[in-house]
Amino acid sequence: MRQVVWGVLLAGVFGMSLAFTPKGPECIAPAGAGGGWDFTCRAVTQVMFDLKLTPQPFKVTNLTGGGGGVAYANVVSQRGDDANLIVAASPATTVRLAQGQFSRFSERDVRWLGAVAADFGVVAVKADAPWKTMQELVAAWKADPSKIAVGGGSAVGGQDHMKVLLLGRAAGLEPRSVKYVPFDGGGQAITSLLGGFIQIFAGDASEVRGQLEAGTVRVLAILAPRRLPAPYANVPTAKETGYNVEWVVWRGFYVPKNMPADAYDYWLGTLRQVEKSESWAKIREQNSLGQFFMIGAQFQVYIDRQVNDFRNLSKELGLIK
Amino acid sequence: MDIVHALTNGFGVALQPINLLLVFLGCLVGTLIGVLPGIGPISGVALLVPLTFALKLPPESAIILLAGIYYGAMYGGSTTSILLNIPGETSSVVTTLDGNQMAKQGRAGPALAVAAWGSFIAGTLSVVGLMLLGPLLAKWAIRFGPAEYFALMIFGFSTLSALAGKNMAKALISTLLGLMLATVGQDPQSGISRYTFGLLQLEDGIDFLVVAIGLFAVSEVLVLLEEKTPNAVRTRVGRIYLSLKEFVFSLSSILRGSVLGFLIGVLPGAGASIASFVSYTLEKQLHGARGSFGQGDIRGVAAPESANNAAAGGAMIPLLTLGLPGSGTTAIMLGALVSLGVTPGPQMFQQHPAVVWGLIASMYVGNAMLLMLNLPLVGLFVRLLSVPRWFLLPSVLAVSFIGVYAVNNNPFDLLLMTIFGLMGYLMRKFDFPLAPVLLGLVLGYLMEINLRRAMAISNGDVSFLFSSPIAIGLWLLAGLSLLAPAILSRFVKREALGDDEI
Repeated sequence: MRQVVWGVLLAGVFGMSLAFTPKGPECIAPAGAGGGWDFTCRAVTQVMFDLKLTPQPFKVTNLTGGGGGVAYANVVSQRGDDANLIVAASPATTVRLAQGQFSRFSERDVRWLGAVAADFGVVAVKADAPWKTMQELVAAWKADPSKIAVGGGSAVGGQDHMKVLLLGRAAGLEPRSVKYVPFDGGGQAITSLLGGFIQIFAGDASEVRGQLEAGTVRVLAILAPRRLPAPYANVPTAKETGYNVEWVVWRGFYVPKNMPADAYDYWLGTLRQVEKSESWAKIREQNSLGQFFMIGAQFQVYIDRQVNDFRNLSKELGLIK
Repeated sequence: MDIVHALTNGFGVALQPINLLLVFLGCLVGTLIGVLPGIGPISGVALLVPLTFALKLPPESAIILLAGIYYGAMYGGSTTSILLNIPGETSSVVTTLDGNQMAKQGRAGPALAVAAWGSFIAGTLSVVGLMLLGPLLAKWAIRFGPAEYFALMIFGFSTLSALAGKNMAKALISTLLGLMLATVGQDPQSGISRYTFGLLQLEDGIDFLVVAIGLFAVSEVLVLLEEKTPNAVRTRVGRIYLSLKEFVFSLSSILRGSVLGFLIGVLPGAGASIASFVSYTLEKQLHGARGSFGQGDIRGVAAPESANNAAAGGAMIPLLTLGLPGSGTTAIMLGALVSLGVTPGPQMFQQHPAVVWGLIASMYVGNAMLLMLNLPLVGLFVRLLSVPRWFLLPSVLAVSFIGVYAVNNNPFDLLLMTIFGLMGYLMRKFDFPLAPVLLGLVLGYLMEINLRRAMAISNGDVSFLFSSPIAIGLWLLAGLSLLAPAILSRFVKREALGDDEI
C-alpha cells in the first residue's frame, strides 16, 4: 500500500516531465519587435530557458497584423493542436475579441494559459498643470469637457480610450462629451502632454516612469487595486480618490485550443517556476511591472469574465452596436 | 556637467576593446542591412535586440551596437538605389532618381563615394549637434503639435514638383494613389476599418516597406527581364573614386542636407524619409534649371544621403534628452534600454552618463569606421553592375522577398508586394513616376491623423492650424516652395555638371 502511495506521489511529482518534453518551443508575439507582446515573449521565454525548463531556447516569431488578429487566426485555423506553441497576449487581445475585431473568432477558440505580470493604468498631467488631485481635475473636466483633451497611445475603442471612458463614467461624464485624441503609442502621447497639446495622459505606469522620476509629469491616480512601489508610492489609487476604476494590463499567454493535456500542464508548471524565480522578479522591477499571477482554470474564468465585461462596456459606451 | 570632461569619459567607454568591436560589428551589420532591400533599420535593430540580451551586454554596449546598426543602415541604403534603381531603405527612395542615372552613365563610383562622404560629414555634424544643442532642440521638438505637423506635411507635399518628372498630371495621379493607400486599415480616430475587405491582414494598414520594395525592386526586375540582351553588361563600371572637383561641387549640398536632415530628424514621428525627400527638393529648387536633376546630378545623391544620416543622429535627441522615441527604430532602442534596466527619461544624462556619453563618443568612432569601411566597398559594389543578369535578377528578387518576410512573418505581405510590383511595372510602362506614390503614402497618413488630432483638440476650429509661429512659418515655406521654381528660373541660366566637364 505504501509503495502504491509513493508510486502515485512520484508519478504526480515527475509525471509532468515524464509525459512531455518541449521540442523546438515557439513563442509568437502577435506584433512587431519592441512592443509589449514582443517583450512578454522574449523576457518570459528567456527566464524559462535560464531555469532549464526548456532544453533549447524558444524561437520567438513576430507575426504581425490586425492588432494581433493575424496571429490569432493563424493559431486557431492552422496550429490548433501544437504542443510547443505559446502566444503572448494582454487586454489589447481581449478588448479586440470583445469588439469582434478578430473576424469570426472568439475567446473560446484558444485555451488561455496564464498571466505572469501586469502594468497598471495611470492618469497623468503635466507637472505645472493647475490640478493637484483627481478631485480638482474631475471638477475642471466636468465644468467644460470640451476644454480637456485626453490623449492615449491606442486608437478609439482601444485600451487607453476605454480607461478614459471608464474614468469619465465614474466621474459622471457623458461618454460622448469625453474628448479623446489617439496617438501612435504612449511615447507620442506623452510628448504631446509635455507640449501642452493635451491635458491628460491616460496610459500605463511603465510609460510615464522616466518622466515621473524627472518631475516633468504629475501622476494623479493609478488604476490599480492597491498602491505600487516607488516611484509610485505616493500616488493614490483611483479608488482612494473616490473613482472606482481599475485597469490591469496583464501580460500573459494563450495556447492552441487542442494542445495535448500533458503539454498544457507542463507549460502551467513552467509559468509557476518563472513566477517563483528571482530573475523574473528583477525583470518585472526593471520594467515597472507589478506582480500579477493567475494561471489555468482560474485564468480561463478571468478571461471569460473580462471579455464579457468589455463587450458590455463597449456597447454601453457606444463603441460597438 | 562640463561637456569636454563628459565626452572624455564617453570616449573612455567607447574605446574599450569590447565596445570598439561592437561599434564595428554594428556598422558592418548595419551596412549589410542597408544594402539588402527589404530589411530596413527598424527590422535590423529589432532582429538584433535579442542578441544583446543573449550576450548579456551592459546597457552602454548594447546601445552602442544598436545605434551602430541604425546609422550603418543609413550608409548602406544608397548602394542598391544607385546601382540597381532599388532603394535599400525607404529613406533612400529619392536617391534612385539621380543615383541610378549616374550609374547608367558609368558614374556609379562617384555616386557611391559621394553618398559615403556625405553620410560621414552629416553623421559627424549631427553628433556634434546632438552634443551641443540636444537639450535645446528637444524643447523645440515638443512644441511641434498636431497643427505644426500638419503644416509640415503640407510643406512636404509642396516638394512634389521636384519629384514629378516631365508630366505633372501623372505625378499628381501617382501621389493620389499613395494617399489612397494611406487610408487603408483601421482608422485610429474612429476605430472603423477602411478598405480592408474584411481581411485581418489589412487592419494595420499597408506597410511602407512592402509598397516600396514592390514598386521599385519587383517592377525593376520585370522591366529588365524584357530587355533583349539578357547577359549583356548593363553599364560600364567607370571610375570608383570621387574627384576633388566633384567633392567641392557637392559640399554645399551635403551641408544643407545635413542641417535639414538633422532638424527634421529631431521631430518625433517625421523621420529620415521625409528628410531625404525635402532635402532633395531643396537642392532641386535652389539650382533648378542650372542643375541636371533627374538626369544624374551628383547633388541629387549627396543631399538626400546626407539628410537621412543626419536624421538618424537627430532622432537620438528626443530619445536621450526626453526619453521619448522619435522614430520607429529609436522606439525599439528605447524598449531595449528599459529591459536592460535603464529608465529613459530627462534624467538619463545624470543617471546614466556612461550610456549617454559612451553612445555619443561611439557615434564619432562609428562614423569614421563607416567611411573607412564603405569607401573600399565602392570598388566591390560597382562590380555588381557586371554580374550577369541571369544571376543578379533572381538574387535581387529572392533577397527582397526574404527581407520583407523576415520582418513580419506574414505571407500576405509577399502577395501584396507582388501586386505592387505588377502595379509598378505598369506605371513604368505608362510613364507614371513612382516616388510620388511613396510620398503620398508616408505623408498622407501623418497629414490625416494630425489634421484630425488638431480638429479634435480645437473642437473643430480651423484657425488652430495657423495658431503658432512654427505653424505659420511652415505654411509660408510651403507657399515659397510651390512658387520658388517659377521665380528662380527667371533669374538663372542652365549650368550642368556633365561627365565630360569633370
